[in-house]
Order: sequence, then C-alpha cells, then structure tokens
Amino acid sequence: MDRRKRKRLLLYILNLCLTALLFTVLTLLIDSGTLDRMQSNLLSLVCINVILAVSLNLVTGVLGQLVLGHAGFMLVGAYAAALFTKNSGLPLGVSFPIGLVLAGVVAALFSVVIGIPALRLKGDYLAIITLGFGEIIRVVANNLDVVGGAMGLSGIKAMATRDNPAGLFVYAFAIVALVVFIMFTFGRSRHGRAVIAIREDEIAAEASGINTTYYKLLAFVIAAFIAGVAGGLYAHHVGVVDPSKFDFNKSVEILIMVVLGGMGSITGSIISATVLTLLPELLRGWLGDFADYRMLVYSIILIIVMLFRPTGLLGRYEVTVAGAASRVKGWLSRGRSSRKEV
Amino acid sequence: MDFFTQILNGLGLGSIYALVALGYSMVYGIVQLINFAHGDIIMVGGYMVYFTMVRLHQPVWAAIPVALLVCALAGVLIEKLAYHRLLTKGAPRISLLITAIGVSLFLQNAFMMLFQSDPKSMPVMFMNGMIGSADGIQVNSATLLNIAVSVAMMICLQLLVNKTKIGKAMQATSEDAGAAKLMGINTNFVIAVTFAVGSALAAVGALLYCNTYSQISPTMGNLFGLKAFVAAVLGGIGNIPGAMLGGYLLGLAESLTKAYVSSTLTDAVVFGILIVVLLVKPTGILGKNRKEKV
Repeated sequence: MDRRKRKRLLLYILNLCLTALLFTVLTLLIDSGTLDRMQSNLLSLVCINVILAVSLNLVTGVLGQLVLGHAGFMLVGAYAAALFTKNSGLPLGVSFPIGLVLAGVVAALFSVVIGIPALRLKGDYLAIITLGFGEIIRVVANNLDVVGGAMGLSGIKAMATRDNPAGLFVYAFAIVALVVFIMFTFGRSRHGRAVIAIREDEIAAEASGINTTYYKLLAFVIAAFIAGVAGGLYAHHVGVVDPSKFDFNKSVEILIMVVLGGMGSITGSIISATVLTLLPELLRGWLGDFADYRMLVYSIILIIVMLFRPTGLLGRYEVTVAGAASRVKGWLSRGRSSRKEV
Repeated sequence: MDFFTQILNGLGLGSIYALVALGYSMVYGIVQLINFAHGDIIMVGGYMVYFTMVRLHQPVWAAIPVALLVCALAGVLIEKLAYHRLLTKGAPRISLLITAIGVSLFLQNAFMMLFQSDPKSMPVMFMNGMIGSADGIQVNSATLLNIAVSVAMMICLQLLVNKTKIGKAMQATSEDAGAAKLMGINTNFVIAVTFAVGSALAAVGALLYCNTYSQISPTMGNLFGLKAFVAAVLGGIGNIPGAMLGGYLLGLAESLTKAYVSSTLTDAVVFGILIVVLLVKPTGILGKNRKEKV
C-alpha cells in the first residue's frame, strides 16, 4: 500500500515536471522570437481547441450524450470575457483572468438554464435540442446591439502583444494543464464514476441510487464552464467576436476532435485537437491547399472511423506517463527484438 | 388583406418543409435514426436541376427525372455505405448520429468542390409570378403549385403505405423489425425502399424550392434540413400526416414571424418551437406515446 502511494506520488511529480518542462520550453521559444507570430498564435489556438475538445469529451465521451451546441457556450463566454475586459477599466493583467472566470460562470449559468429542461431528453432528441439552443444563442447575439450585432464585438485588447508575445499562450497553456488535471481527477472521483455509470446504463445507474439528473447536469455544466473559458481565451486571441463563427459547424468541428481522438479518452482528445489544428497549417502548400478540402477529408475519416472503430481511434485508452514507463520496462525486459509486437 | 397573403406564403414554404419532413419521418419510423444527411439531399436535387438545365441546356422536363433518380439513388447509397453496417450491428445510437453528421458534411463539401461554394441562380422552371386578384390579395403562382404538389404527394404516399404490399411491409418493419423478418419480409430491401422514397420526396421538395427561390448553394440543405426536421418533430415523428401538418405549421410560423416580428429572428423562433414541443409533448402533435421498457 505504501509502495503504491509512493509510486503514485512519483508519477504525479513526474507528470508535473514534464508539463512544466514543456511549458517552459514553449514559452521560451515564443518569447525569444524563435517561433514567429503566426506560429505562436497557432500554439495558442491549439491550446484553445484542446480545452474545447476535452470539455466536450466530458459530455460526449464520459457521459455518453451527444451535444451539438458547444459553440453556443463558447460564444457566451467570449462575449462575457470581452465585455468585461473592455468595460471594466482595470489593467488587462487583472481584468483578463477575472474575465475568464466570469466567462466560465456566465456559460455555466446558461448551461443550467438550458440543461434542466434539455437533459430530460436523451440521445437524438438531446442532440437536436442542444443544437436548437446553440442556434438560438447565435441568432439572438446576431440581433443584440449591446454585443455588436451581426458585425461582431470588436476592439478587444489582444493578450499577445509585440512586447509580450507569450501573453496569451501562458494563460492558455496553464488552463489546459488545469483542465486536464481536473478531468483526470474528476473521472476517478465518486462523481466521475457516477457519470460513467450513467453512460453505461442509465436505468441501472438510477436503480443503484445515483441521482441521474444531478450528475448529467453536473457534467453538462462543468463542460459549459470550460467551454466558456475557452471562448474568453478565443476572444482575446482573435480580438473580434463574430457570432457567425460560432455556428453548428463549429460545434461539429469540436465533436470531430472528440470522436476521432476517442470518446472518453482525455489524452485522445488532446492529441486529436492538436493534430487537427496543426494539420491544415502543416499541409499548407503541400497538397494544393489542404484548408480547402480539409472538411471533405475529415468527413470521410469520420464516417470510416465510425464504421470500423465506433469508439474513436484511441477508444477509452489513455496515453499516460505511467503507461509509457511500464511499456518501456516491458521492452527492456523482453529485449529490443520484440518491439514490433507491442 | 396582407395577412392572408402571408398565410399563403407560409403554406407555400411549409409545403416544401412538409415534403422534406416526410423523408425524415419515414426514415425515423423505420430505423429510429435522424438522418442528418437528408437535408443535403435537397441540395443534391437542386444541383442536379442546375446541372441538367444550365450546364447541359436541357428543358425542365428532363431535369425532373434526373433529380428524382439521382436523389433516390443517393439515399440508397448513403444507407448501404454509411448506415447499414451500424444498423445491422446494433451500434450505439450516438455512432449512428455522428455518421449521419459525417455524411452531411461530406455531401456539402463534395458539392462545394464540384460546383464551387458561391450560390447559383436557377433558370425559370415552372411558374413563378404574381397573380393579382381581388381585394389586393397577392398570390404567387409558385405558392399554389407548392401546395398542390405537396398535397398530391402526401396522398400518393398514404396510398403507397396503406394500400400496397411494400407499404404494409414498411409498417411491419417500423413496428417490429425482428418480427417482420420472421414473417418473411426482406427488411433490408424495405429499408432501402424507404430511403429511396424519402429521398425522392426530398427531390420533389428541391424542385419546388428551385422554382420558388431560384437560388441554390452547397450549404442550403443545412439549415433547411434542420427546419424540416423540426417540422417532423412538431407533427409527430414517424407519422405521415403529422409531418405534413408540422411542415405547414412551421411554414406559417416562419412567414408570420418574418412579416410581423423580425426577419432575422425566424431561425430563433423555429428552434424555439422545437424546444417547446420537445419539452411539452416530445411525441409531437399527432404522435403516439411509446412506453419505454426496461
């Protein structure tokens, strides 16, 4: 028992060190100018997409409910954060973190209002009703003059400036790390297991004394909170909140990241969000312009993955340091010749 | 008399919704799947009309069979290639739904590559012009055509479902696919026919759409399909007269909102209707309650 505890502590420290190392290296690369403006912006976008994918994974992968209105929560969060930093009069260094928290809170409030009626439904109907709510949020925002209407909310102060090119990335990466940590601990907690039980069999879960409505709403609200924060980051990434960018297609794009990575796999979501964000940029100029037929390729991959591996590429498998360590140990003890079998 | 004109416009738009909603409803009735790609079948139909009439310079009478056949074929192909494996394996519903979204994305992006993403304007097809009449009521001939065609189609579909052998087989499969199989019904064939008929109805909807609005784009099926689905849910999904009723009601709601509230808020109203229906009576106006068994 003591050994296991010590091993877990060691793994925590190892994970923390690796995350800190990655963070330091990337921040130094941006700060020193080794990565140009576009590349560092891309890194921030990767972080934002990872946050979105991981949050949707909680609802779609862990809770097992299809939600098609995630972009709506992101939009609400983007407005909340942008309006706060624009109008609070505080310096950006102070107002931005408060704005992000506010973004999450406002998105969470919306999700409670939407979730209480919507989560009475399940499956296809839940997907459609969340889609409906997402579209309503967008259409109403399009007609609200307070938030800039169809022109969008502009004049948002950018976090990444010339003097401080890593301004946004620092926040984005820290939030990614925090969100991933929360997701892993949540998944292993009593609450997380209750949510998983609902995914496996809602009726059996209810019969076992799990308050299904509460836990469904809990997962939904946590996901919306995180999506709102991601929206706040996004608003200060591009500097404009244009409601037409947060439509059904955006929700589907996040869903594709979750599904391809593996429904229920946090690391799967991280990997696929990273790959899918970087791929169009990396392939720019290689295959004609990949961005033009990116969605065509994604849709074909999506159908094929669903047909032959319905749980996504990684399924529920998690890529962890502990897993990698035990695998390396296995290789070493079996000799290098058997590597291919793994 | 402006109100009466708006009612007619609403019914005209509602007829197209109704035709598309019928397809949603039929497919849902048989395989319990929201066929997200169904909306894009209208788009396929629209582009087929465009292709035969503008690119091949054929008359409108040639475009009708082309649109019908291509759409029916597309429907069957989608079922066989994308859904069949999942349906027979009893895959979770969420995978089916994601596949349907994938198919919808595929169709949109494929047509964007084939025909570019800019909207295409359509040539004159059947009739589309104002028929002035007494009391200042403005009636568009396209509106009347829409209503007439949609009613005719519903009667044909009712006859097909209730009076023919394949229709009876459809009803049996929708009630209990396993039992239908045991009674010697080729359920795979029935499902294929359902997709074909539903898609052909969407093609009729596409013809009427092109005639009325004379503009098409690769993404037009996205929102239009979703609204037609709302119509199907409103009327009671899996129910043929229900889909018609839902279509007309939705068309009316949309046209009245456009006229008296705000033209930009129509989408919000449509989805608001969906939410209210799902919360108050999820089975729709004409739908029957189905008890969930443990």
